[in-house]
Amino acid sequence: MDRAVYREMKLTPAVWGIAAVLGALIAAAGLAVLYIEHHGHVVTGMTNQIVWGLPHVFAIFLIVAASGALNVASIASVFGKIENKPMARFSGLLSLALLAGGLAVLVLDLGRPDRLLVTLTHANFKSIFAWNIYLYSGFFAVVGAYIYVQMARGMDPAVVKKVGTAAFVWRLALTTGTGSIFGWLVARPGYDAAIMAPMFIVMSFSFGLAFFLLTISLLYKLSGRYIGPNLVKRLGRLLGIFAAGVLYFSAVRHLTNLYAAEHWDVESFILFSGGFYTQLFWIGQVLIGGVIPMLLLFKHTDGANRGNVLIASVLIIIGGFAHIYGIVIGGQAFPLEIFPNYTASSSFFDGQINGYTPTLLEWALGLGGVAVTLLLTGLGVVALRILAMNLSDRNIDPEDVDF
Amino acid sequence: MKLPALNTPLRDLSEVDRREFFKAGGAVATVALSSGVTLMAFGGEASANADPGKRWGMLIDVNKCTSDCNACVTACSKENGWSAEEGSETDAQWIRKVDLTHKQTGREVSLPMMCQHCEDAPCVDVCPTEASFKRPDGIVLVDKHACIGCRFCMMACPYKARSFIHEPLTDQKSNAPRGQGTVESCTLCVHRVDAGGQPACVDACGTTGNGAMLFGDLNDPESDISKALKKFNSIGLRDDLRLNPGVRYSNL
Repeated sequence: MDRAVYREMKLTPAVWGIAAVLGALIAAAGLAVLYIEHHGHVVTGMTNQIVWGLPHVFAIFLIVAASGALNVASIASVFGKIENKPMARFSGLLSLALLAGGLAVLVLDLGRPDRLLVTLTHANFKSIFAWNIYLYSGFFAVVGAYIYVQMARGMDPAVVKKVGTAAFVWRLALTTGTGSIFGWLVARPGYDAAIMAPMFIVMSFSFGLAFFLLTISLLYKLSGRYIGPNLVKRLGRLLGIFAAGVLYFSAVRHLTNLYAAEHWDVESFILFSGGFYTQLFWIGQVLIGGVIPMLLLFKHTDGANRGNVLIASVLIIIGGFAHIYGIVIGGQAFPLEIFPNYTASSSFFDGQINGYTPTLLEWALGLGGVAVTLLLTGLGVVALRILAMNLSDRNIDPEDVDF
Repeated sequence: MKLPALNTPLRDLSEVDRREFFKAGGAVATVALSSGVTLMAFGGEASANADPGKRWGMLIDVNKCTSDCNACVTACSKENGWSAEEGSETDAQWIRKVDLTHKQTGREVSLPMMCQHCEDAPCVDVCPTEASFKRPDGIVLVDKHACIGCRFCMMACPYKARSFIHEPLTDQKSNAPRGQGTVESCTLCVHRVDAGGQPACVDACGTTGNGAMLFGDLNDPESDISKALKKFNSIGLRDDLRLNPGVRYSNL
């Protein structure tokens, strides 16, 4: 294989321009947070019915994508795919940046973000939230170490493999924790399903790889470096398999619910009568996020060419966002079933489908998280030798059957 | 079903004890949340007042409760200093009246809903900072100093019993600490209970309402509530979850 040579990315005017836009987005998010904290969450679209809103959709999307962005590195270190090795450093960096962006949104949407340290002084280990705090912090440490051993001179490859395996196991635990936030909510008919945890893992594979493909393509274009078409094609095919996996888990989740009469009402809401949420599911998640990308990625005539892979990545991110929006907001829009067999009404909106319209403040906060991710990624590749000078197809093992 | 009469003399006693209770300021932690507002915080001190031998609970006779009566809600609002504008989706509601119509039989009933003070409270389980906690006597509270406003407890509560404070607050009651950006719910009027009284909603239901609410110690077989529970059929809401709520309903 070619010897991978890593170099910092040069600061060109185009890079500065993008950094300025990201900086403005982060500043807007900062102002939104100050405004919300001063006036209270009444200035957002969130209510006592929809208690988690758009910021949580952004945060969960980024956190889920974070563990998935580590895939490329895991495939190299743990599963020995040599062609992925030159991308492994970037894979680690992007996963850390995604997690940082997601956590920033999550933390800044708290009612009392100033009390964040209380989570360390008063931990309740029966809470999956408390566990996640350690899973997220640990992820920074483990993946940080993983990047270090990859970059350190003269490091024994066996060590890289061991640390890479630890990072792989950790990322599985992390996404299990994120999925369990919803899977363990027994009170709400839209959640309360053990399949949430493995489904979130497959979602992370898909969203994370899509985000990886888009960012690495942009950075290589900005820095005038080369990525081999077969490398993109192979990652694209993998992305297609992950997208199919997400559809499979979603199908199993909904079919399992449809089998139980107690879940018919909520399933009917999501799949048929839920208006916006039904469209979000069929058009957003299934069509845009699943079927169309799979058609693009598995097209055999010209293979998954670069253009198709990038379009599919964008669609998977849009569909993934719709998927998480449907889980987070759709699950709350459907009312709690406190009184089975009764229709309920009250001044607190019992028995009603709850509406939610996010405000500009929530969009600003969420997009700020994405900007944090991209800016940190940019800082990483500018300051450190993360990106290989070229990602040649020559690194692909000729013995490896192209699927 | 006829539930035992309410113990009205207890209310007068509670008034006296409450005054004494507040004089003994060491029993509660105080904190200035904003200029001019000093609030009691529910923390370890609130638990220290609890008698571990007791389990406070409530029995609500749905047949006695009527749709047009709001006495319990008004009393709670006055006692604890919260108010909800009609139609507001962000105002807190510690207790609410829910009107129900049976889908098959058409039977119509009305009942008060509030924190059910579960033995195995999901809000306590999911709270990352132990801000949601259960006192040894079964009362579920929120420590306003430890709550970070993540709202996970609101997602986990099967009864929609909790509210998030969406706006800055003024004119708070010293017995009911509240804070913007934190979560709150019915405290079972812990300040009155610790002083030997009973919740304001139960008092109001007995005096200006229909006498549908009975409060007492579920652990004491001689208490009125225990006798009533032994005699008459009752259910806990979402009994399928096996949370063993402290609030039970009869004739539902």
